[in-house]
Amino acid sequence: MKIYWKGFEELREANDKATGNEFPHELPIVLNKQSKGSSRRDFLKTFGFTIAGATIAASCERPITKAIPFLIKPEEIIPGKSNYYASTFFDGELHQSILVKVRDGRPIKIEGNDLAPMSNGGTNGIVQGSVLELYDNNRYRGPLSHGEEVSWEDLDKKISEQMAGADGKIVLLSGGIISPTTNNSIKEFLSAYDNSEHIVYDPVSHNSIREANHQVFGLNSIPEYRFDKAEVILSFGADFLGTWISPTEFSFQYIQNRKPTEDNPAMSRHIQIESGMSMTGSNADQRITIKPSREKAILANLLAFLINESELDSFTGKLPESPIDIKVLAEELLNHKNKSLVICGSNDTESQMMVNGINYLLGSYGNTINFDRSLHSCQGVDSSIENLVKEMNEGKVSGIIFYNSNPAYDYSDRDAFLKGFQNLDFSISLSYTTDETSKLCQFVCPDHHFLESWNDAEPKDGLFSLCQPAIRNIFNTRQAQESLLTWTGKDVAFDDYLKKFWEENIYPLSGSDMDFRAFWNKYLHDGILEIPASSKLKPSIGSGQLLEILGSLALEKEGETELILYTPVSVGTGKHANNPWLQENPDPVSKVVWDNYAAVSPKYADENGLNTGDVIKINGKYEIPVLLQPGQMYGTISVALGYGREEGGKASIGTGRNFYPLVRTEKGQRKYFSTVEFEKTGKTYDLASTQMHHSMEGRALIRETNLDEYKKDPAAGNEIHEEIELRLDSLYEKHEFAGHHWGLSVDLSSCTGCNACVVACNAENNVPVVGKEQVKLGREMHWIRIDRYYSGDPESPEVLRQPVMCQHCDNAPCENVCPVAATTRSSEGVNQMIYNRCVGTRYCNNNCPYKVRRFNWFDFNKADSIPKNTVDPFDLTLDLPRMVLNPDVTVRAKGVMEKCTFCLQRVQEKKLNAKLEDRVLEDGEIKTACQQVCPTQALTFGDLNDENSDLSKHVRNPRNYHLLEEIHTLPSVSYLTKIRNKSGEA
Amino acid sequence: MYVSPVRETLITGNKTYKDVTNDISNPVEGKPGKFWYLGITISVIALFFGLFATIITIWYGIGTWGLNKTIGWGFSITTFVWWIGIGHAGTFISAILLLFRQRWRTSINRAAEAMTIFAVLCASVFPLIHMGRILLFFFMFPYPNTRHLWVNFNSPLLWDVFAITTYFIVSLLFWYMGLLPDLGSLRDRAKTRMRKISYRLLSFGWTGSMKHWQRHEILSLMLAGLAAPLVLSVHSIVSFDFATSVIPGWHTTIFPPYFVAGAIFSGFAMVQTLMIITRKALHLENYITLGHISSMNKIIILTGSIVGVAYLTELFMAWYSGVEYEHYAFINRATGPYWFAYWIMMTCNVVSPQLFWFKKIRRNPMITFVISIFINIGMWFERFVIIVTSLHRDYLPSSWSIYKPTIIEIGLFIGTLGLFFTGYFLFIKFFPVIAIAEVKSIIIVDRSKKQVKNADSEK
Repeated sequence: MKIYWKGFEELREANDKATGNEFPHELPIVLNKQSKGSSRRDFLKTFGFTIAGATIAASCERPITKAIPFLIKPEEIIPGKSNYYASTFFDGELHQSILVKVRDGRPIKIEGNDLAPMSNGGTNGIVQGSVLELYDNNRYRGPLSHGEEVSWEDLDKKISEQMAGADGKIVLLSGGIISPTTNNSIKEFLSAYDNSEHIVYDPVSHNSIREANHQVFGLNSIPEYRFDKAEVILSFGADFLGTWISPTEFSFQYIQNRKPTEDNPAMSRHIQIESGMSMTGSNADQRITIKPSREKAILANLLAFLINESELDSFTGKLPESPIDIKVLAEELLNHKNKSLVICGSNDTESQMMVNGINYLLGSYGNTINFDRSLHSCQGVDSSIENLVKEMNEGKVSGIIFYNSNPAYDYSDRDAFLKGFQNLDFSISLSYTTDETSKLCQFVCPDHHFLESWNDAEPKDGLFSLCQPAIRNIFNTRQAQESLLTWTGKDVAFDDYLKKFWEENIYPLSGSDMDFRAFWNKYLHDGILEIPASSKLKPSIGSGQLLEILGSLALEKEGETELILYTPVSVGTGKHANNPWLQENPDPVSKVVWDNYAAVSPKYADENGLNTGDVIKINGKYEIPVLLQPGQMYGTISVALGYGREEGGKASIGTGRNFYPLVRTEKGQRKYFSTVEFEKTGKTYDLASTQMHHSMEGRALIRETNLDEYKKDPAAGNEIHEEIELRLDSLYEKHEFAGHHWGLSVDLSSCTGCNACVVACNAENNVPVVGKEQVKLGREMHWIRIDRYYSGDPESPEVLRQPVMCQHCDNAPCENVCPVAATTRSSEGVNQMIYNRCVGTRYCNNNCPYKVRRFNWFDFNKADSIPKNTVDPFDLTLDLPRMVLNPDVTVRAKGVMEKCTFCLQRVQEKKLNAKLEDRVLEDGEIKTACQQVCPTQALTFGDLNDENSDLSKHVRNPRNYHLLEEIHTLPSVSYLTKIRNKSGEA
Repeated sequence: MYVSPVRETLITGNKTYKDVTNDISNPVEGKPGKFWYLGITISVIALFFGLFATIITIWYGIGTWGLNKTIGWGFSITTFVWWIGIGHAGTFISAILLLFRQRWRTSINRAAEAMTIFAVLCASVFPLIHMGRILLFFFMFPYPNTRHLWVNFNSPLLWDVFAITTYFIVSLLFWYMGLLPDLGSLRDRAKTRMRKISYRLLSFGWTGSMKHWQRHEILSLMLAGLAAPLVLSVHSIVSFDFATSVIPGWHTTIFPPYFVAGAIFSGFAMVQTLMIITRKALHLENYITLGHISSMNKIIILTGSIVGVAYLTELFMAWYSGVEYEHYAFINRATGPYWFAYWIMMTCNVVSPQLFWFKKIRRNPMITFVISIFINIGMWFERFVIIVTSLHRDYLPSSWSIYKPTIIEIGLFIGTLGLFFTGYFLFIKFFPVIAIAEVKSIIIVDRSKKQVKNADSEK
């Protein structure tokens, strides 16, 4: 190449280029002249690095230092895996055989025991909630003497001195006891003190049933009812699905012949005669409203009619006038002779005797009512506490031991009780948690919670259920039975005592051929021991006796306004009032939470110028807000008991009003209705309710039909389904799910609306409790709810119910609107929430047609990074109640959306189990929490891809439909139409 | 310059080029009046109230608002759509009217564009603050990350993110680019050292050379071309938030054109509100004449009527579709618990602009001002009706609920009003409210006439 140049520099440069050395010069790196020691620059570098490093190190999360590994691993415990222990729940009223789920040493959930013949694996809301009561902040931490902490030894010494020096009676006042071993320990205690007595006290009494059976048949017991064998059920105000005697058992039985199929379209008929709208009444095929004082007149007429029909005898005396025509009722019952069941919820011996007579004439005994396996609950005799209070005031009683009883709250004549209490020399409470009575007592000897206790139960003759601790006692408590035995002078651990009692008494009874150790282990594992019923008792009654009952009838006067006091389904008689899960569980009928109220019929309210929220004053003393309740009898007011506690804790104190003082006693029997006067106060009060609108607005959300139509056409009421299916076509391809496709089916006919699923879901999925104020704003967090609608005349409406949870749509409207893809559909058809991706735009919630998504409005769980912003009105974020949290489910922080996951953690667990065992997942193996708890088995979870699954059978059922199917969201949840039995209705 | 015999003079008062520079620069250079101080004080107080509400919201959570399980959006998204709507007039005036060669736009485009920027700024507060976890707002952007997480491109809310950021950036560029020659003038006129330095920096070395002007003109046209479709797209996309959903009252195909018309409608109403005050306070009656007010009112009649027709079409479709949910949603709008919102919307948006058919009303600044306020209120309620009234009673009556805003939500609304007016007051203090250079291109100077102090037309 020829080079042209102007000067020498250029020439040199051009040469460099030509030789390819375009950048010939070395990089001008200036070497550090001071190589020894460090420069200012070095110092700054080191300094910066240190600061940055320290900052990063300090901002990283540190490992939890409290975790302590097992030094010696217990044989059956694998960290992260749950163990189930069979046990028994009994709170003095309600019994259930249960399985306690224990995870890493902590009981976190209660399931029904599948082996239990009474509940068949179902439970109810109160039992579900009881696990939270184990971690109640208000439990006694240890024994107290005059409010001072003492040691058990000192306390025992003091108590023994007091008892030994007692000049009057020593009374053990307990709630219902169905434990044979406990009864034995009480017997021993009583025999150690001459002047001692055991009184059983039930705040809500059913003693009249025992009394009536005693008077009529000579049997002082409550028989076994068989709702499953009854074709016609006539209930006089007995809320047998909600609160009456053994509701979970009855719910299961009741629904057995209320699940008509195409092959067997039989269905029982349920007639409810009542004053207030109870949960049971809302499920009835026919509901008749009366004033409570008129109940006896109807019973008398019915009995007289049946006597005359029976040709045994004839009743010619004067009968009170019945407010309704009983002839149709009587004929319907007679048409189903031997297959009908009449029950009555009133605590009135005369009424119960007439019911006995009616059942006898209908041939119920031996068919729908059995005395072979009598129930052991409800032993409390009303007059005994009456006498006790009298004797207390007369100074005849030296001391009372309160065991699972709280008369300072729930005894009607509270003032007399408190006055008599002053005369006691000593008072001992065995309560495990603070209550009104234990606050008064000199000595508090806290019992274990039942999940920490050994015990047994005999709910029915020959049916035993064991109770074992699922956790070591958290606090310095001692089992009540052990306290009693200590005071008897026996130093024995109660588990040894229990074992010994079983070895001596129950083992021989069982006739088992195992040795006792094996026997004990087996039944401790199973939880249930059933001994064949001993005799076939067939009670009989003479016609003369029946006439006598009718002849000597004492009728109540009809009042202008009558007040009915009932036990609420959600919180019960008040023992569980401090349970936030239960308080926030909506009433099955009114959907009100955190309160009791005066239910008044719309017409009666209108005539008296009342509206929902107006406060009235009953009998010039008891203020209560009004709620317009469709289906309430005109001229009556219903108020729930169990509210208005003065002690207990944040959830119970000041929640609702105590109406036990309005329970009246007549002829030694407590009556739960009375004639009252009321006046308006001009004040108003805001009730919190989870549902504000009560009409379905003519939309085909709940599809229902009548049995007669169903027999003609199984798709009756669901005709629109086929039409919509035909119409729905899409440009897009149908979603394919290769493996499983999870789905859930809800039988609307079976759902009684008991809300047990709501509590079970709370427990399983760590759903926070938000409190009354937030519910008022419409912010309850429940993942499952039961929608309740009324139809027809507001004075006697029909009630429709529909459990609604996330529908897990294949075409989910929530999914495509999320900007950050925080909610997606899994390969198994489950609509999932990814909490840590969620930014909380709430767009998914807006676009959900079912409104099942729940937003964390505040930091309800103390899971947020910002300090001091937790909204936790009931201290559920303290360390103790947090122990109930399910470690398999994320605790959600503020600002995150959440919703039903189909209990994904359960699905995953069972899938992994099947994989480990190298087998195919079985249908029915996975049960969601709501399904497992359901006493009527209204929910079925399963695989839609499995043609033989129970779920697929439901989906193929002509009754099957999807909620809002016309908008083509393709839900995985489907519903079966509701069927009522209106046949033969007048 | 050619003077049309039929067209109204755009700038009255026989202004010379010097007059124009003086008239418009004087408020910037002089001391602000009592009115300005009062205004900015109130605005800043409102702004701080909003700041307080923001802190409370972030600290305690969205629970401090009145929303619930049924109604997930309330005051905040209503106000968001309202501000976005208001933000439409500026770009419409500067871009679309530029392309249509509407020369009267020059007197109002600067202020309208500034208004757009502040309105979009106010609007963007709400999508951020309404998030449950605001600290994670960046999840909304498709940024590469080690977890391979990507945004959901199906979500209209994501489209909003793109639409609004694009709109904001283009509007800001357009506005600032238009300011450059005037900032150059201010720099040249500046007396104090501070002013000299700051305007020198702000004017980006504008010299007024022919090359600068040429580039300025080309860029104007290009940005106008870019911004014009944005005027139509932004509110269409905002309307998709609702239109693509399944909620009765939201799921409507008419939404995009209806929202765009509504946006321009409300935007012009806000321009009227501001300009009528500004022209009075800054004595710019010769620049913003009754002709301008009248022209804007004509656009208001047009867009207002489109909105009115859209309302009626919605009602017709609710009946004609035969969908019971849709049917109920519209009956509920008119007769349900929020009936007042519906009727405020109807009266303010449909009835009140029809008064502008009368020339006397159209050319009356006082009445125009009042009606423009009505329209602002009506358009806020329109969004409230769409959002809250549709949500509060949707498919399942069991979940029907009621919504009451809390003081915190109202505080946020007031806060954005504070932000908007603080911005506007600072703008009129430090920048020329009227595009000096552009106005100069349309004035007609008759040197034979003596200067008249006040606008003759207003006497």
